[in-house]
Amino acid sequence: MCLAVPGRITEIIDAGDIAFRRGKVDFGGIGKEVNLAFTPEAAVGSYVLVHVGFAISVIDEAEAQRVFQYLEQLGVLQEELT
Amino acid sequence: MADGKNKKVITLDCPLPRVSEDRVLLAHGGGGRLTHQLIEKIFLPAFANPLLEQRHDGAVLPINGSCLAFTTDSFVVRPLIFPGGNIGDLAVNGTVNDLAMCGAHPLYLSAGFILEEGLAMETLQTVVASMQKAASRANVQLVTGDTKVVDKGKGDGIFVNTSGIGLIESNVKGTIGPASVQVGDAVIVSGDLGRHGVAILSVREGLEFESPILSDTASIWPAVEALLNAEIDVHCLRDLTRGGLATTLNEIASDRGVCIRLEETLIPVEETVQGACEILGLDPLYIANEGRFAAFVPSAQTEAALQVLRKVAVSEGAVAVGKVEESPRGLVVMQSRIGGNRVVDMLSGEQLPRIC
Amino acid sequence: MKFVTEYRDQQAAEKLSQTIRKKVTRPWMIMEICGGQTHTIVKSGLEDLLPREVTLVHGPGCPVCVTPIELIDKAVAIAERSDVIFCSFGDMLRVPGSSQSLFDAKAAGGDVRVVYSPLDALKLAKANPARQVVFFAVGFETTAPANAMAAWQADHDNVENFSLLISHVLVPPAMEAILSSENCRVQGFLAAGHVCTIMGYEEYFPLAERYKVPIVVTGFEPLDILEGILMTVTQLEDGRHEVENQYSRAVRREGNRPAQERIAEVFEVTQRQWSGLGEIPASGLRLRERFQKLDADLRFPSSEEPARESPECISGLILQGIKKPHECAAFGTKCTPENPLGAPMVSSEGACAAYYHYGRRQKQESDHARLPVAQSF
Repeated sequence: MCLAVPGRITEIIDAGDIAFRRGKVDFGGIGKEVNLAFTPEAAVGSYVLVHVGFAISVIDEAEAQRVFQYLEQLGVLQEELT
Repeated sequence: MADGKNKKVITLDCPLPRVSEDRVLLAHGGGGRLTHQLIEKIFLPAFANPLLEQRHDGAVLPINGSCLAFTTDSFVVRPLIFPGGNIGDLAVNGTVNDLAMCGAHPLYLSAGFILEEGLAMETLQTVVASMQKAASRANVQLVTGDTKVVDKGKGDGIFVNTSGIGLIESNVKGTIGPASVQVGDAVIVSGDLGRHGVAILSVREGLEFESPILSDTASIWPAVEALLNAEIDVHCLRDLTRGGLATTLNEIASDRGVCIRLEETLIPVEETVQGACEILGLDPLYIANEGRFAAFVPSAQTEAALQVLRKVAVSEGAVAVGKVEESPRGLVVMQSRIGGNRVVDMLSGEQLPRIC
Repeated sequence: MKFVTEYRDQQAAEKLSQTIRKKVTRPWMIMEICGGQTHTIVKSGLEDLLPREVTLVHGPGCPVCVTPIELIDKAVAIAERSDVIFCSFGDMLRVPGSSQSLFDAKAAGGDVRVVYSPLDALKLAKANPARQVVFFAVGFETTAPANAMAAWQADHDNVENFSLLISHVLVPPAMEAILSSENCRVQGFLAAGHVCTIMGYEEYFPLAERYKVPIVVTGFEPLDILEGILMTVTQLEDGRHEVENQYSRAVRREGNRPAQERIAEVFEVTQRQWSGLGEIPASGLRLRERFQKLDADLRFPSSEEPARESPECISGLILQGIKKPHECAAFGTKCTPENPLGAPMVSSEGACAAYYHYGRRQKQESDHARLPVAQSF
């Protein structure tokens, strides 16, 4: 049960209890309302992973770059070896 | 039988095979494998004749020296009105397009309406007005029709059937159909995929778009006419309605006993359509289109065909997406974006949004 | 799409593929647990980028596959009631019960609806006070917080016509069941990334230690899976068995605390029957006493009927990675997506369905070329 898609929060609607906190999330041009109860630290502009209408994690943008930095290093190494 | 209680022993808990269908399922209308089974098991044996067995979008009828094309289609869409059109647009364009896929110049349509008691008159007027506009744009005349009303609860507002007649003109060489597909042919798609299905789903799923995704419903005859007038040797044409590009190509590969090889990076899908598919867990290859078609042409004519198509509004996004090969026979295969290979199979039934 | 498209880059995939090839000196068998990962692997033809030495097997990562047949029968029975609107995620509709699936129930007149979120089902309940709305709450830990929230909101808003039919399973006990099995040939694990966004990965340290297997928390895009495989293979070649986190952009070691708290507030751990693996203790969730009034199983009691089993479906062996789908005699012949003999053929995430749709003949050719894995290591 794993389909979670990343999107950017464009609007937040606080509605009393954290359980009802919602937001509008943009997925590459599509907006959908998402429950934000599980990502209280998320703000407008944050990227969140959305699963069945709920944000389940805030994406760490620095970590997201890690694999590409690693690949760059690999590229450098390969050039050095050849 | 294995004991399900002992946790160390490997148990084989398994449900029984499904009881064979004694009822029609929604999936039978999905355009995929089950639809085909319905046609093969029930309709074809009952009505057996060589014209029907061609299994093309329309029947080509030689009558007194001319070649007529004759087709029929029924429209049961929900919601009736969606971004970019309504059931009326589909009813006219759908049948016009089926005729075009035979290489026939669409001329006359009939329309049969099944209306549900309680339908708002305003909705009916909207639908009829759209049909008139679509017919006028496609240069066809609606010449005969019928209306029935069913009890409230027995129909989805409106069901429409349209049948159409077209003329296959003398510049059409040979038969345009799966039988004419050759190994080596290029596969061209007339524009980007998935708009119609996503437009429908956007209403059902409450998706909002910055710039809304509109159904691509349109008459594709101008594009076909341009290809025929340019004397492109068109081997086969097929629209990409229910079941999408994947289903259409599977039908052709299987009918003709060839392999169709695609490149994922060449398949045109607009970014927001792709995004909607990501969210709902759908594959754009299987989503219905109402203003798109696939064309099979000799590979030497690929560039020429693309140039002709791109000059016509409805096919300005035409691209080549693959080619016909000898084997593996009957399969559609695709090289993925990252360079691996997969089989693009026929859908078993309706494509369902997934969360997994 | 940001954080999606860049993880499908061909050149990056090629680089990772080459690095894996250079690392590997002997055969390794790696299991991925999540249906979503199976889907990506098969859909992108990822195995074509792996050296022959690396064999990927697909574990019980699809809750659809492991939902016991009795529960499907229960769902069908409830869906057939005229006072019920039965809501479910798409995948569950085609899973066969003893005699029917939910799709069949719909064909027979049941009001069965596909929903995107459990909150959609709750909305339906509020909009249809005269009918009972039942939501089929299936999933792993990833979906548990959402289902817990639906239950919590229903309780908070006093929605009396709403209930949930629960089939929640937990991943680490299933992994342990596989690892502790005598036939286990799995040497490394790609742990389910989205399960870990919720639960973190503390639970995997004792498993890695006890069974001496590397466990790498892995994401779902092609680059994620390739990187996860690279990290696993590196550990195997080095003789290490640690827990690592490839999916660090989404997963923290402690997981998502608010989500865990909500799960704990609404659910408690219980033993559960897994189709294909038997009963595993402490491997499922059920509603706590305070929320039991929302339990559809209690609201719609039925008589227990023993489920009948088909000997031909080897889903147990497939779910444990002991056999591959095309090694099953019924695969593609008697057992197809239209006529599934078992759950792995039904779900779009199921190993058998994935193979059927994406792989079939090609997979058979390339798998025969793979090297056999040594039994001990």
